[in-house]
Amino acid sequence: MAGQVFAYIVHKNGVADDTAMELLAAAAKIDAGVPVTAVVTGAGAELDGVCNSLTASYPEVWKIDNPALAYPNAEIIRKALVNILPADAIVLLPYDTFGLDLGPGLSIKLDSAYVADAVDFEGVDGSRLKVVRQEYSGMVSTHVLCDLSKGAVLTCRPGSFQPVDNTTAAGKVVDKSPDAGDLTVKRRYIQVVEAEKGDVDITKSDVLVSVGRGIEDQENIELAEDLAQSMGAVVSCSRPIVDAKWLEKARQVGTSGQTVKPKVYLALGISGSFQHLGGIKGAPFIVAVNKNPKAPIFQVADVGIVEDILEFIPELAEKVKESK
Amino acid sequence: MEILVCVKRVPDTAENEIEVNRDGSDIERDDLVYSVNEWDNYAVEEAIRIRDKVGGSVTVATVGDEDTEEVLRREMAMGADNGILLSDAAFAGADGRGIAAILKTAVEKGKYDLVLTGALADDGAGQVGGMLAALLDWPYASVVNSIEILDDSKIKVGREIEGGNHEINEIELPCVLSIQTGINEPRYVGIRGIRKVASVEIPVYGAADLGLSAEAVGARVSRADYFVPVLGAGAEILEGSMEEKIDKLIELLKAKGGLK
Repeated sequence: MAGQVFAYIVHKNGVADDTAMELLAAAAKIDAGVPVTAVVTGAGAELDGVCNSLTASYPEVWKIDNPALAYPNAEIIRKALVNILPADAIVLLPYDTFGLDLGPGLSIKLDSAYVADAVDFEGVDGSRLKVVRQEYSGMVSTHVLCDLSKGAVLTCRPGSFQPVDNTTAAGKVVDKSPDAGDLTVKRRYIQVVEAEKGDVDITKSDVLVSVGRGIEDQENIELAEDLAQSMGAVVSCSRPIVDAKWLEKARQVGTSGQTVKPKVYLALGISGSFQHLGGIKGAPFIVAVNKNPKAPIFQVADVGIVEDILEFIPELAEKVKESK
Repeated sequence: MEILVCVKRVPDTAENEIEVNRDGSDIERDDLVYSVNEWDNYAVEEAIRIRDKVGGSVTVATVGDEDTEEVLRREMAMGADNGILLSDAAFAGADGRGIAAILKTAVEKGKYDLVLTGALADDGAGQVGGMLAALLDWPYASVVNSIEILDDSKIKVGREIEGGNHEINEIELPCVLSIQTGINEPRYVGIRGIRKVASVEIPVYGAADLGLSAEAVGARVSRADYFVPVLGAGAEILEGSMEEKIDKLIELLKAKGGLK
């Protein structure tokens, strides 16, 4: 087994992200026997609170406390991490917009291997870690071999590793702040601009009629609206529909949009990327309609229908109206 | 402003069903339709808009064999001024780090203020932009969904973060940004536009031209195989005629509270 394993902990408002426990589980899949060190950056009392809470699960928690780290600017965090981590460190990060910002550059500065968006680890053979990941929006999976001998930075897909429920670590917090070094960078964080509120709050609806790329044309959005109206539902959508500006951003379900908790979710012409599925919580009854029988959405749906939604939606709307 | 946009030729997932080939060594490549990585079109569009506003030029670069030249021409038909093809047998099998190392040498051959990549591509890693920035020691921001040029030395960028929120940063030039879809609406490229640039010469640089050793592009990460995962039960697929499927679905929706 190669170097020491570190998990970078994302936190907000004094609370560690769900990925904190998932990374611990991911580390155990690399080597069940190895102690994992949590690394937490931030400032002041909020940071201390997060560090103390993590000692229940992590045997060691490295903290870097600096006013410059009050907001998680990946460029600054990278500098601090490069200064405190050993050269052969195996560093785990969440694969999200923060991990995308930090991970690739960190791997270069640590001169380590990099694998993004791991969904599983299948053990180490010699110095090579076998990583499972997906390509083509989840249509195929691959095994990737990652050379750990000079260290590695690995980003893990949120929700893919069953969190470890360990609260008996009785770990200690180690203050690494003095070792963080020079933290001046050429990217300055200014502010977070909150998402605009739309005219409809899709998070409040029990039934969502959600459309994706399969709707093909802006004019066809009407079909979904008609169906939703007949069902007493609300129209939501996946990312490409917002990118095309056919529906407003507030209608988007997914990690970069809204998190919804409906009772019934009708996914129409949505392939089912994990970013989209990440916005659906509360285990709703999912119906997927897609003309591609191999669409990943069918793996997570309760009921699937292989049809072209442009033919299917009007007929369904008609029948729903009749059934009333 | 001198802008370089790094683009990639990928199988078009809207036009193809991606399947694993018989021995799992690759995806089935027979009859695949290729196109420019979707994110890269947004990056090129953004570069063109910046150039049209503040002046300068847009160069598109890609790593690949002679077939990949077509994506450079497509982006030049969109409005990019120049194309560069980085091609060498030694580049085959390069991992993200290797691709970034190759692109770094191309960046250093020019005098760029801004380098753009797509935020993601077909493999979903989102790695080359951040690696390139770190190799160049330039600042970086990922998943960028707005760019405002402040002056010759700095720009303001918005990044997409979770929950539909945006993180605003000020970044010094030169820098590298990875561009998210939705930042703009990429212009349509017709067959006539492609014809116009069909005879434009596109320089090709190999490892020797770029001063790259085999070690610099050597992979530490390699794909062992492709496979189709065995998952849970998956969806119950409704069979029958359209009418039968709809009747069954309405029954299910009623039972689950999906009809009001």
